[in-house]
Amino acid sequence: MAERIPRVPVREQDPKVRAHNFEEVCYGYDLQEALREASRCLHCKNPRCVAACPVSIKIPEFIAKVKEGDITGAAAIIAEDSSLPAVCGRVCPQETQCEGSCILGVKGEPVAIGKLERFVADHTFTTEGDETISPERHATRGTEAGGPERNEVKQAVGAAEPTPEREILSPRKKVAIIGSGPAGLACASDLAKWGYEVTIFEALHKAGGVLEYGIPEFRLPKEKVLKREIDEVKALGVKIETDVIIGRTVTIDSLMDDEGFEAVFVGTGAGLPKFMGIPGENLNGVFSANEFLTRNNLMKAFRPDYLTPIHAGARCCVVGGGNVAMDAARTALRLGADTSIIYRRTEVELPARKEEVHHAKEEGVDFQMLTNPVEILGDEKGWVKALRCIRMELGEPDESGRRSPVPIPGSEFEIPTETVIMALGTAPNPLIVKTTSGLEATRRGGLVADEEGRTTRPGIFAGGDAVTGAATVILAMGAGRKAAKAIDEYLKTR
Amino acid sequence: MLTPNICKMVVSAPRIAKAAQPGQFLIVLSDEEGERIPLTISDYDRDLGTVTIVTQLVGASSAAIISKEEGEFFRDVVGPLGNPSTFISEGEEAHAGRRYIFIAGGLGTAPVYPQAKWLHDKGIPVDVIIGARTKDLLIYTEELSSACDNLYLCTDDGSVGFHGVGTACLEKLVSDGKVYTNAVAIGPMIMMKFATLTCKKLGIPIDVSLNMLMVDGTGMCGACRVTVAGKTRFACVDGPEFNGYDVDFDEAMRRLGQYKTEEAEEKAKYVK
Repeated sequence: MAERIPRVPVREQDPKVRAHNFEEVCYGYDLQEALREASRCLHCKNPRCVAACPVSIKIPEFIAKVKEGDITGAAAIIAEDSSLPAVCGRVCPQETQCEGSCILGVKGEPVAIGKLERFVADHTFTTEGDETISPERHATRGTEAGGPERNEVKQAVGAAEPTPEREILSPRKKVAIIGSGPAGLACASDLAKWGYEVTIFEALHKAGGVLEYGIPEFRLPKEKVLKREIDEVKALGVKIETDVIIGRTVTIDSLMDDEGFEAVFVGTGAGLPKFMGIPGENLNGVFSANEFLTRNNLMKAFRPDYLTPIHAGARCCVVGGGNVAMDAARTALRLGADTSIIYRRTEVELPARKEEVHHAKEEGVDFQMLTNPVEILGDEKGWVKALRCIRMELGEPDESGRRSPVPIPGSEFEIPTETVIMALGTAPNPLIVKTTSGLEATRRGGLVADEEGRTTRPGIFAGGDAVTGAATVILAMGAGRKAAKAIDEYLKTR
Repeated sequence: MLTPNICKMVVSAPRIAKAAQPGQFLIVLSDEEGERIPLTISDYDRDLGTVTIVTQLVGASSAAIISKEEGEFFRDVVGPLGNPSTFISEGEEAHAGRRYIFIAGGLGTAPVYPQAKWLHDKGIPVDVIIGARTKDLLIYTEELSSACDNLYLCTDDGSVGFHGVGTACLEKLVSDGKVYTNAVAIGPMIMMKFATLTCKKLGIPIDVSLNMLMVDGTGMCGACRVTVAGKTRFACVDGPEFNGYDVDFDEAMRRLGQYKTEEAEEKAKYVK
């Protein structure tokens, strides 16, 4: 089938301008653009995009609503499966999920599902103004939109599943969620909709997990987008307690034994930074991407009214090729550093979203591919002065099928730099396993859990990066939702 | 205010008070725009639900913490973080025959208090040396005098007690016949370095509490990296106390100065 309308391009901030600010890069679609893009969807009978979505958003259905101009209706359809659409529309790797499976992509460009999702979510915010969203408001949303879809919307927002009404449990059973990142928020939303009394415990002083501390403002605005979606979760009745470190302030055992929580979901993510183990890593000017990004995102170092110090230097090397590496590099660039990405494979293997790589390049980040650091060199005061690297080539495919990089003997060279940021991935924090009886972890630190999130101890469930090691926001949300189902089953049979 | 620069604050935080142990620390964020500052716990009252912190005016963020008046709130207080002091996890029998000496310097005197008290309450012999530049800068003298067997004061200028630094005082005590089996030093990094050197010379094992730079305090940022026995450790989750013999103090001191330039700029803006 010939494609009639080409994919509608999305407006973005000029790369030359945005390389110096932290405003959002992508402006998103306006209504006309969204309508035009939505009209491209073929509404396949057997939608491959839905199958490829970790939370199974009913994509053709929400796009059909957009087509009709019923954006509120579209939002209600998305809300059945995702509590964070404005976030996911911005940070999901659509090219390997929904859009990667879109039939239009076979011969041309897939439907811009991510951009449409974002449009729907943002549109809901703008039409709601600045008011806080109360549960009552959820119920009346259909009325505001008016029209025949009213009842449908009401029902859709009221239930996490299209299954019939549930009895509100009395007394409501208490569930504790550890971590307010994507896994925890998704799990909490479903459970709250089903009538459970849900409390999220967050170790940091703001909710959101990696969405707050890890992903930069220019990709995911905190006040405008993240805070509002978290407020929506709170409006479902979810309580969020910040500044509580489970395993230190209080343990899971005491939550269950003394505070009456009957089930616990561990969505603590993968927060421990990895280092390479090469000489010079403790020199001044070497940071984990976690430190660098947390200073800038959670602690707002980029804003002059905040006290947090940050040091990007005049020249910065970021080691790694994932989204975190791109985020760190583009942050360093915005703070004024001439920045390079150092990655041991080729551009094809870069694990980051294509859009991030593209944006980073547009903004002027330099890419050193097939390059691996071997040592960090310091000056006499103990500050970084150069990164010593070796060139790599791709050898035979390994067990995973990827061609593994092999060093080219004698190809060492030095890149003068003032800072080095290590973005090599992260591992789960061992604190919960250490302080909870009956929980087991794998050798790589992930909690042992089955497909539905059941851990080795009955009543304790887990999902997201805490189980799998560092992955994506949407996979964590998918795991959170699966675990919510398992928790529901567990508590109903108790 | 304990001195013109050092301030003691009692914070209402029931959950933290219930869990706190000597040797652990808190992270305090004074206001939305502040920094997360790690502060070692100086006391706790499980019944009242309070924890005590002592902080010194260093930069803009500590100025913001100190500027709070009684009855005001910090934006955030989180903890307890880090591991309790080594001797707490050891069984009662491990303490048999032990004689502890604490070497406290400046602000580090405050967190020595709950540790000494813990040992003293259990009848384990414990002496404490407090050092400061001059008499007026000594803190916690009253509290500590009832939390140990012998309290020794030292001042650099000789205005009270032993004339000289804490490590010189320790050497003198030992040469006068005092016997110690275990030492703990808490204070400025340079002081802990010399305390470790002295203890090595005297053959006394020593624990030191490392006050590294931190952001989250839960093992996430790695800003508090320090080399201990040739391995990179995180002071927040692996410490804050380490065997002093194993610590690379020169690296730790260098890493503490990592944001000196930026901090000086902030301080110039906010502390006039």
